[in-house]
Amino acid sequence: MFFKHLVTSILALLLFTVITGLLYPFLVTAIAQIAFPGKANGSMLKRGGKTVGSELIGQPFSDPKYFWARPSATSPFPYNAASSGGSNYGPLNPALLDEVQGRITELKKADSLNALPIPVDLVTSSSSGLDPDISIAAAAYQVPRVARLRGLSEDRVRALVEGATGGRTLGILGEPHVNVLNLNLALDESSTKTGGN
Amino acid sequence: MTPNALLQISLYLVVLLLLVKPLGAFMARVFQREKTFLDPVLGPMERMIYRVARIDAGREMDWKENAIAMLLFNGIGLLFVYVLQRAQQLLPLNPEGMGAVSPDSALNTAVSFATNTNWQGYGGETTMSYLTQMLALTVQNFVSAATGLALLALIIRGFARHSVRTLGNFWVDMTRSTLYVLLPLSIIFALILVSQGVPQNVSPYEKVPFLQSPRDTSGAEVKEQVIAMGPVASQIAIKQLGTNGGGFFNVNSAHPYENPTPFSNFLEELAILLIAAALCYTYGRMVGDTRQGWALLTAMTLILVGMLVVCVWAESGSNASLARLGVDQMAGPGQAGGNMEGKEVRFGIANSALWATVTTSASNGSVNAMHDSFTPLGGMIPLIAMHLGEVVFGGVGSGLYGMLVFVIVGVFVAGLLVGRTPEYLGHKVESFEMKMASLLILIMPLAVLAFTALAVVMPDGRAGIANPGAHGFSEILYTFTSQANNNGSAFAGVSANTPFYNITGALAMLIGRYWLAVPTLALAGSLARKKLVPPSDGTLPTHTPLFIFWLIAVILIVGALNFLPALALGPVVEYFMMIH
Repeated sequence: MFFKHLVTSILALLLFTVITGLLYPFLVTAIAQIAFPGKANGSMLKRGGKTVGSELIGQPFSDPKYFWARPSATSPFPYNAASSGGSNYGPLNPALLDEVQGRITELKKADSLNALPIPVDLVTSSSSGLDPDISIAAAAYQVPRVARLRGLSEDRVRALVEGATGGRTLGILGEPHVNVLNLNLALDESSTKTGGN
Repeated sequence: MTPNALLQISLYLVVLLLLVKPLGAFMARVFQREKTFLDPVLGPMERMIYRVARIDAGREMDWKENAIAMLLFNGIGLLFVYVLQRAQQLLPLNPEGMGAVSPDSALNTAVSFATNTNWQGYGGETTMSYLTQMLALTVQNFVSAATGLALLALIIRGFARHSVRTLGNFWVDMTRSTLYVLLPLSIIFALILVSQGVPQNVSPYEKVPFLQSPRDTSGAEVKEQVIAMGPVASQIAIKQLGTNGGGFFNVNSAHPYENPTPFSNFLEELAILLIAAALCYTYGRMVGDTRQGWALLTAMTLILVGMLVVCVWAESGSNASLARLGVDQMAGPGQAGGNMEGKEVRFGIANSALWATVTTSASNGSVNAMHDSFTPLGGMIPLIAMHLGEVVFGGVGSGLYGMLVFVIVGVFVAGLLVGRTPEYLGHKVESFEMKMASLLILIMPLAVLAFTALAVVMPDGRAGIANPGAHGFSEILYTFTSQANNNGSAFAGVSANTPFYNITGALAMLIGRYWLAVPTLALAGSLARKKLVPPSDGTLPTHTPLFIFWLIAVILIVGALNFLPALALGPVVEYFMMIH
């Protein structure tokens, strides 16, 4: 009985390895590559034929002329998309408070006139370290700085923010979010067009 | 709780409960070998498997032979996953040139995926080749879930039958669960995920220029962003449906490629509980009284909702130390607010807390936020969800058979209180059943607490702690709670990819899976042999609101007796430090 079931175990594992380990992923790959080629290959953003990033994977920004993304805890540099990771700081960890304080100092240094309260997502690191989004409040906080440094009107910058904003699905699911890379690419294009920057 | 959070959670529960009956009825047909609409496509494949693997599909087996078949099949699978990881550098489909996984990490991962735990000591995109992800991990995602489903089918028959020795055929139930339930659902779900942006390819990692180059820790400029790729969607689909939870990437479903949109998030959350919830209806069908299934589902749902409310409330609150620095944590039209450290903007608070509760109630263990960075009470909910023994939905199959053990205990205690012989579905509950049930209820807490104690006193254990103070204790408690309950989520700051944690964790996972599965099979085998006891005036009805509340009370009291002292040392202490 033992031997009989051992043989069946080996043969069954082989069969299921072929069915669920090869046929299944390759069937899904084949259909996905035909039906959704852009999405199946990472939702890459193209500008003038060149790949400039992925719409789903955030990038870090520290230049005050750009909208800043959220802090990222990936190592050895932020937004390392080959090694995702969060800070895993507990809420009482002194290291968390140091990080947040450091980030606030940088934000204030880049824009000392800004008296708006700082939205929490702009000073806390995301779960993946690759969060492509910031909240609407975090974008609004940065609008005056970016507009001033780029010589654009705040209304113009606000319109660009709106263009990069995704709402809740069906008006219910998730939270409204602003895609930082899309927004900064649009900013660069807009600055070139108007001759600014 | 904001009105939108309430709306999202209500929508989730309504859609989940609406799917219970159709899927549950379908799975009952699969287990009872009745005709289904998939027969024309899958029938030939099913018969081919029986022929090639020498399975006598018409032959039923008793509980012992089924247990031997299950253990051998899982053992061979475990061995295969281990060997594949150790040899991946020699094999194809490894565009990034990943080296061999270390022996202790490979052992931990092999046990982890074979036991449907999917604890991950490693980071996927930095460790595993595409071949390992597909042949080792995706395959185990299917067969470990199918093992859970097959065990449940066998155990349900024990509850449904009288005066027989056999429970069915493990091989047939496992094959039919994979082919008719897991495979079709996964194909559809994987394609929907791709439509949302989850990659599905075998290309090398993509390189793109940074718009603004960051500097690394040594101060050097980094010009390129290397973006990990792979056959992600096919693995994520089964990881959620099979309550496996093992991510393709290090940060699991928080990664924008595993879970790109609020819609993908909703579907993944749904998939976590879908099969476990529907199995309650399957159970009712198979024992010939659907009210029995609905009663169990009601008990599970009520406990889930209770935990959900606390978790969402805790995570929506503000961290006083951040508030002192002038950080705005109020929820409003422009932001979700609350405790956003370790959470993604597109999910916000409601979806992160909902996911955390759901993934630990089911023994799924995938995450879309870092539980380690949750508030003390918010992070205590996932711990409690696991401490209840993964019976509130629980893993596919294993959750419901765990719940049935609590039903036996509930019926027994109620019988003692009124002085009547306890019975359930026409079976007398006697001393053998109670011995097995007690074993099942005591083994898990013993494993969790003993390993936690060991890690706390050993330097190798303490070395893994990432956060200071009470939170560090919570990290260790969470590690072993997760593994002994075959959940697989983590307080991920803990450095668990060390020989000490890999080996103790592997032991905890083996105990949690098989030490529970085998006695439950024995219990079912014993029930099946009993003569039918016709219900009388003295029979305690097990589908009434009274029994549902009784069952909930038994589950909560057992959980509290086992774990309140440990929780007091971790999250409770941290909570009081936080409000002071």
